[in-house]
Amino acid sequence: MIPAPFDYAAPTTVEEALTLLSEHGDDAKVLAGGQSLLPVLRMRLNAPELVVDISRIESLKGITDTGDAVRIGAATTYQEVLDSDLVREHLGLLHTAVEQIADPQIRHRGTVCGALAHADPAGDVGAPVLALDATMEVQSRGVVGPRQVSAADFFVDLFETAVGDGELLTAVTIPKHTGWGSHYEKFVRVSHQWAIIGIAAAVRAEGGVIAEARVGMTNMGAKPLRAPAVEQALAGQPATEEAISEICARAGEGTEPPSDLNGKADYRRHLAGVLTRRAVLAAAGA
Amino acid sequence: MTITEEPQTGNREVGRDRRRKEDQRLITGRTRWTDNMQLPGMLHLTMVRSPFAHARITNLDTTEAKAAPGVIAVLTGADVTDLQGSLPNAWPVTPEQKAPPHPAIAVDRVAFSGEIVAVVIARSAAAGRDAAELVDVDYEELDAVTDLKAAAADEVLAHPDLGTNESALWVFDSVEAGTGEDVEAAIRDADVLVEREFRQQRLIPSFMEPRSVVVDPTGEQFVLWSSTQVPHILRLMLALTLGVSESKIRVIAPDVGGGFGGKLQVTPEEVITFLAARHTGKPCKWNETRSESLLSAHHGRDQWQKLTLAARADGTVTGLKVHLTANMGAYLGLVTSGVPILGAFMFNAIYKFPAYRFECQNVFTNMTWTDAYRGAGRPEATFAIERMMDELATELGRDPLEVREQNWIKHEEFPFTTVAGLEYDSGNYEAATARAKELFGYAELRAEQARRRESGDRVQLGIGVSTFTEMCGLAPSRVLGALSYGAGGWEHASVRMLPSGKVEVITGSSAHGQGHETAWSQIVADELGVPFEDIEVLHGDTQISHKGLDTYGSRSLVVGGQAVIAASRKVVEKARPLAAHALEAHEDDLEFSAGRFTVKGAGEGQEGVALTDLALRVFAAHDLPDGTEPGLDADATYDPVNFSYPHGTHLCAMEIDTETGESTMRSYVCVDDVGHVVNPLIVDGQIHGGLVQGIAQALWEEAVYDDQGTLITGSFVDYTLPTSADTISFVTDRTVTPSTTNDLGAKGVGEAGTIASTPAVVNAVLDALRPLGVTDIVMPCTPERVWNAIQGAAHQPLTESAAPHFEESAPNQDTPETEGGTL
Repeated sequence: MIPAPFDYAAPTTVEEALTLLSEHGDDAKVLAGGQSLLPVLRMRLNAPELVVDISRIESLKGITDTGDAVRIGAATTYQEVLDSDLVREHLGLLHTAVEQIADPQIRHRGTVCGALAHADPAGDVGAPVLALDATMEVQSRGVVGPRQVSAADFFVDLFETAVGDGELLTAVTIPKHTGWGSHYEKFVRVSHQWAIIGIAAAVRAEGGVIAEARVGMTNMGAKPLRAPAVEQALAGQPATEEAISEICARAGEGTEPPSDLNGKADYRRHLAGVLTRRAVLAAAGA
Repeated sequence: MTITEEPQTGNREVGRDRRRKEDQRLITGRTRWTDNMQLPGMLHLTMVRSPFAHARITNLDTTEAKAAPGVIAVLTGADVTDLQGSLPNAWPVTPEQKAPPHPAIAVDRVAFSGEIVAVVIARSAAAGRDAAELVDVDYEELDAVTDLKAAAADEVLAHPDLGTNESALWVFDSVEAGTGEDVEAAIRDADVLVEREFRQQRLIPSFMEPRSVVVDPTGEQFVLWSSTQVPHILRLMLALTLGVSESKIRVIAPDVGGGFGGKLQVTPEEVITFLAARHTGKPCKWNETRSESLLSAHHGRDQWQKLTLAARADGTVTGLKVHLTANMGAYLGLVTSGVPILGAFMFNAIYKFPAYRFECQNVFTNMTWTDAYRGAGRPEATFAIERMMDELATELGRDPLEVREQNWIKHEEFPFTTVAGLEYDSGNYEAATARAKELFGYAELRAEQARRRESGDRVQLGIGVSTFTEMCGLAPSRVLGALSYGAGGWEHASVRMLPSGKVEVITGSSAHGQGHETAWSQIVADELGVPFEDIEVLHGDTQISHKGLDTYGSRSLVVGGQAVIAASRKVVEKARPLAAHALEAHEDDLEFSAGRFTVKGAGEGQEGVALTDLALRVFAAHDLPDGTEPGLDADATYDPVNFSYPHGTHLCAMEIDTETGESTMRSYVCVDDVGHVVNPLIVDGQIHGGLVQGIAQALWEEAVYDDQGTLITGSFVDYTLPTSADTISFVTDRTVTPSTTNDLGAKGVGEAGTIASTPAVVNAVLDALRPLGVTDIVMPCTPERVWNAIQGAAHQPLTESAAPHFEESAPNQDTPETEGGTL
């Protein structure tokens, strides 16, 4: 498993990184935790001329409280997210999803923003980030301040995001959902597998009634999806199986999930309905 | 034969749960794995493999690759066509067996995706990998056959020159063999006939250490290091294949990280590395990637099984007929053709069937060739018969354990000659089953199952049974001869007494994770009365262990361990006259115990003489009896008189989420009878690992090809190998009915868990879903397949899947009365 030859740069500032990326365009690839990029390089599925390693850029590290939201820098690992009290208190959905990513070795290397930029539809962070109305900071060379891209606009297609050539995803900012219940229902055959599908649900419940709900779906299409009709229909419903079963069963309607060894599209749509109900009930504490 | 308690060990080493002495170096990796070898001037090989399942090579241009930086040479099939010979198949199962030539490097045609077409020899692995992309191969695609049933239809041919895909048809019939009655008559007269067809999916052995080879051509001999299970067989086969004098080849299997049968092979890569080293005159190394391993190391299983079981209305089985279609893949490897045949003797399992017929049709396809994988023929047989016994119980509406007990060999009936012609020496199925039921809480779980069925619980509970046996301790040489196998089944050992009192034990078994060094030390410590720590076990190097038949088929302890015992006892007998001389006593008056010779009746307090002291006296040789050879070392070669027959009762409870099809193991209890145990810790480890591998066949693993013959499950992303996170804590226990065929009373344990567990799990899944009308689910029982089965059962009449009959005139053709879809 030896990659094709490539040049390697490890800049220490965002400006340096952007200079390299803009000079090399689509011949350059960004390396954060390397948990997606390195297998791709080693299997020679991609052969960039330059790999720009952003893990030594101090300004991209860390998790900060911005008042209404929590900001996670691009060089922040999953494990740092798991260890963060800010995330645990205000972004329970992200926390519970990250807990279920792969194994400890990978969580100590891989990054949330790296996974978002890679945009694998089977990745576990896209759906919760989308469901929590996150905003991505995308930085270009020579521009003051980042572009703010909503999660809804960020994911474009299979492995494709709003980050253009020469640009860098520098952070994700996620509005606080303090007091919301959360659950990530990841469906796999073996524990280290990519999600066959995943349902990310966050619920604000008041006295046994769902006041607000957010539902994101992993691997139900070419990009992370949200189920807005289900979310709206859930508002005001008692957090009981009887009340929400029919609503949740519609979560997979209109989606075009993949068909592969783990399941055909019909099966995935069926699972989406069942698992949405389970995730919402679990998030509501029912 | 009665159950005995495990012996009180006292000071004995055998029976102690010794921590394995080899584990520190194995676990830390600070040892000699083949890929750790670094030799001066060593070159690195990269294989160029065909992306097509079947194609003619119309042009192969290596010019650009040869000109690439760091490249020493590029060899193609045309370059080595007169040198490479044909890879060996040691088991022509019939005199008429058909097989294509098996070149290490394809010359003008490839027959499976992953077949080697060229090798790049370079100064570094990286340079070789880069240059491999520059080898320019033009292929003309040919029709490929990549489905077993399609291949059996003989329309598209895997090897057009053979004129057929049929390699061999092997038949055993109890009338012809004189071991039983006519199965057709049993079928004709049956009250109940169960006919089923089962699929054994293709599996990939997935050993931990990828394959690796180093060949050093400098010096008088070629030295070949390989991550292999079979250094001795490899040496002989290389010599025969390449026409090199056997004495000019030394093979070393250093520490080897697992095999599961996957390294019981003579590989193209070993031959190619040898040829490359000879061509360049430099040491050469090949080390595979995991993707290469999944693609091109031999696969396992892959059969269709058609079974007809005849029984009387009271549940007594009167006959079993088996027809297998077995996928060889594109070529016959070392024992490819014999693996399904090994199952012939196990379909009757622990039961007293009076009539039996077995047919196995070996078929070629354009797929990676199959060969031994943990259990090799016996898991397939055990799965089929244990599934069938459940089907029979279902037809009769009776408890599956009760129907089994009605048909199995009772403990007082041993030794018992089976309808397949084997003599089972010992066993007690009643005792193992009783203990397993007790540990499992069988009655309580049946009650809970009934409650859940009653209430229409979303999560249904299923209980699966597997009462297995296996033949292990491969193998009595005369039996192998009768089966046309190309070698014997004996094992060799030497014991060397060093002057300092330490002991070297040389074994012809070749450990690759089993713990031989620990177990053999325990055996020899007891035999010679020397400390466990003072014993060094050497293996895997044909220059040190010059004679052996290696490790597979649960043979090491019961065959190789017996050879170690025999050699140890020869040492004691050689020492006896020397002890008599030293003690000025007559040999007949000596007794040997705890490492010392003493004079009988000389009373307490006499020192006698220690065996280790005699070793020093022999080394000095100053004062030996006249005519005595100055040496205590001894060799022994042991040929087993019979197989050994471990057995056990495995009970599994599975919870099936009927909404999603997901299955979760609730509990797993196994009570195995492997005879006397040398090291309980090692035995438990073998059972646990074996269980997971068998459960994985039931639930998780499958090698899948697309219609073009490309392996889709080419990495561990898609070939879903379980980890400890996917399993539960197993409850294991043992009964002990000693084997009578070796001095240890041991039976072998390396494959037991794998053989037993697969049907236990599938039977449990089906048991949970039968009230919904589900009668079969193809392995692996993925959530989607389970869900589809539930959906299908709810929407289809039962007749199609529930009770297939191979012939229209068969009895009990009516749709069985089954409560369908009531949840």
